[in-house]
Amino acid sequence: MPLDPAYAGKTYPPAPPYLVGREKIREFAVAIGADDPVYLDPEAARAAGHPDVIAPPTFAIVLCQWGIETLIGDPGLGLDFDRVVHGEQRFRYVRPLHAGERVTRTTTIEEITFRVGNHFLNTRTDMVADDGELVVTAWLMFVVRGE
Amino acid sequence: MMDLPARTFRITRTDLVRYAGASGDYNPIHWSDRIARSVGLPGVIAHGMYTMALVARAVTGWVGDPAAIIEYRVRFTRPVVVPDTDEGTELVVTGVVKSTTEEGARVLDLTATCQGEKVLAQARATVRA
Repeated sequence: MPLDPAYAGKTYPPAPPYLVGREKIREFAVAIGADDPVYLDPEAARAAGHPDVIAPPTFAIVLCQWGIETLIGDPGLGLDFDRVVHGEQRFRYVRPLHAGERVTRTTTIEEITFRVGNHFLNTRTDMVADDGELVVTAWLMFVVRGE
Repeated sequence: MMDLPARTFRITRTDLVRYAGASGDYNPIHWSDRIARSVGLPGVIAHGMYTMALVARAVTGWVGDPAAIIEYRVRFTRPVVVPDTDEGTELVVTGVVKSTTEEGARVLDLTATCQGEKVLAQARATVRA
């Protein structure tokens, strides 16, 4: 089933707030082999001017998971995840995410295009702190391989 | 301007299992040869986001500041196949400073290769001064 191009521009209701946790950051940092103390040690993070341990840059993809599942679970969109490849990824950071903050995530379908037999689904997830500051924007582009 | 020297990361199946758990991406193409082959891949491949994370490590390690990246993008063009061996495979990351913004941020063009083939395109990080 092809993607419905009418979904371009659709913004989904915000995901439940994500509470950034020290131990989740540690688990992620260890998994990617990142051993900088600002990821692991709150004292080292504070000494570097951060409120608590900070997340490695690509940790923000963890916060995109809800939005991805929302897209898969939207029957009208017609996203067949068995045919999906992660084509491109882009992040823009105002500052690093840090432990202890609560983040609101809103996912929007920016564009749906079709070329050379494949569909391209461009999405954007805005991650906003409790005080209203936009912290990270993530753009995920999925390629949906043709039948 | 100094460029980013080559940095090599070894990737094994164990790394992929650990990354799957930490990231929440349990797609079986990253741990099951059977399923990876059923969708036309040569075998288990690394998560694209795992490759992206390793490239970011090379960048932040080079800058010396884990909080320095303000913009980061990649296009995934070729899978990183990870054989079920003790050695796994290797990812080699290099980078070149292409420009400096008005605010003094440096724009790096990045290259990641596995078995001599580029696995990313248009890979670029902007790091604050």
